[in-house]
Amino acid sequence: MLLLLRFDAKTVREPIISITAIKTGALINILRADVGARRGEIIVEVPDEKAKEVEKTIAEMGVEVHEITKTIARNDNCVHCGLCVSICPTEVFYINGDEKIELRVEKCIHCGSCIGVCPTNALYFPI
Amino acid sequence: MKTVEEINEKIRNGDVVVVTAKEMKEIVSQIGPEKAAKDVDVVTTGTFGAMCSTGAIFNFGHADPPIKFKKVWLNDVEAYAGLAAVDAFLGVTKPSETKELYGGAHVIEELVSGKEVELRAIGFGTDCYPRKEIETTVSLEDINQAVMVNPRNAYQRYRAATNSSDKVLRTYMGTLLPHYGNVTYAGTGELSPMNNDPDFRTLGVGTRIFLCGAKGYIIGEGTQHAPPFGTLMVKGNLKEMKPEYIKACYFPGYAPSIFLGIGIPIPILDADLARATAIRDSEIKTTIIDFGVARRGRPVVREVSYAELKSGKVEINGQEVRVSPLSSYYVSEKIMKELKKLIEKGEFFLSAPVERVKGSEVFKPMKQKEIRVVREFMTKAITISENLGIEEAAELIVKNNVNHLPVVDEEGTLKGIVTSWDIARAVTKGARKVSEVMTRNVITVFPEDPIAIAISKLEKFDISALPVIDAKRKVLGIVTSETISRLAEVS
Repeated sequence: MLLLLRFDAKTVREPIISITAIKTGALINILRADVGARRGEIIVEVPDEKAKEVEKTIAEMGVEVHEITKTIARNDNCVHCGLCVSICPTEVFYINGDEKIELRVEKCIHCGSCIGVCPTNALYFPI
Repeated sequence: MKTVEEINEKIRNGDVVVVTAKEMKEIVSQIGPEKAAKDVDVVTTGTFGAMCSTGAIFNFGHADPPIKFKKVWLNDVEAYAGLAAVDAFLGVTKPSETKELYGGAHVIEELVSGKEVELRAIGFGTDCYPRKEIETTVSLEDINQAVMVNPRNAYQRYRAATNSSDKVLRTYMGTLLPHYGNVTYAGTGELSPMNNDPDFRTLGVGTRIFLCGAKGYIIGEGTQHAPPFGTLMVKGNLKEMKPEYIKACYFPGYAPSIFLGIGIPIPILDADLARATAIRDSEIKTTIIDFGVARRGRPVVREVSYAELKSGKVEINGQEVRVSPLSSYYVSEKIMKELKKLIEKGEFFLSAPVERVKGSEVFKPMKQKEIRVVREFMTKAITISENLGIEEAAELIVKNNVNHLPVVDEEGTLKGIVTSWDIARAVTKGARKVSEVMTRNVITVFPEDPIAIAISKLEKFDISALPVIDAKRKVLGIVTSETISRLAEVS
């Protein structure tokens, strides 16, 4: 499960992730972190069975928690060339036995790198 | 031994045996080329990739009063009009003058999918063609001729791309990540038409092919044809093409281009052709070149086979690097199967070339006014190790009458540079070893860089020498402002 965490001016200074990892015993993998002057956003990966507990623990410390369910999507423009395959940092794209490009969307971390690379404009984030 | 006519007779009788290039590899490995040549009549090959040297010739018919195009645009993409009055050639990489990420490729795609496009033209206003401008909309039905004529398609093989620099590069080979972050390659290797008939026995002027769903023809070798990097010039009727085999695209930071589907049937006339069509990706070699060097002669990083590229990972300098194809194997296979079906149904007959594609040709660089390169100005570099003492370094400077000592590791790879000024500074601050005073971020040049690049770097960074290195950062020599001014005076 991927979680998007939104920190405000206060929580951005707290060791929220470490506290949560110790409290829940969950292995939390930070996939992406953007820290601004007064706010921050982190995307973390947590084991599915611990997800609810982690969400609750983090939310109790005043951090906004959103489950990421809408990941990268593809339209009919795809010609199955595979240019995206070597770009994606988490290897969402792979070539299947029929030489088609398939997506493991559960690995997507919302970085958007693939969108600007696709020559046929086939990749997008659903709104 | 069979002839193309005998194969066509079998197609007419409905007992022709057609297999795809993929199937043929297996057949030959099981029963051998002699038997395969008896059993199989035709092998279909295919490729589907971005092919920039593509375009279409149009004849729009005459307006009333008539016009001779001075300039003409289709959906604001300019087509070349230096032909007869209402003829024009639209190239796929020509960008729109008003719409981002749109170009000639997109106009052709829209026409093939049955849409109307806006035609706008200005004329010379002559006695025979008095009209000076026109605006209208046209679809393929309204146009007299719409013929795809492509100077260079279906590359036999292509150089794979990577990027050693520290910047993201956006190229016609796709996005190349810094520090050898990825490799991209084009072509379909063992499925690609020219690799299945490398002596071009059946490929030449008049060979009937499958071009984007239509029947097309090879009209000669393509531009830049240089086997084994062979290319084809082809034509086909745009009005008969199918949208599923033609797809406009846009390479960010480069230009529009178009994905095209080409299928070529190889008649299996004898065992040699059966053997040729059994070629495997492991036998098809190309090189990975470094786009981090913005020169024509981009350095070769390594040799590589299509089998390695297709595996999705290659090794560069001991690191595993991920690989992206640029050609669609999925659509290529679809083309091979579709062409196979057309031949089996008796809807596609083979034709022998009236003149074969040339077996050898050289791709020459552009003739330019003489450019002088760094290599001509390079002198021997006195290199040292970073563990060398300051005194020893000072001795080398005096003995060799130089001002710069590039610092290298055991393999000769550049680690830094020390100048006579650094040595003086070391003495005042009591440094003992070169590593304490060397500059680690060294400005360098390549031997084939034009000397103008070296001069601009010397000026920009206000320095007096540049180590000359190869793609792997091995020091080849040094170029100093002194030598440049001395040699430039002599010449």
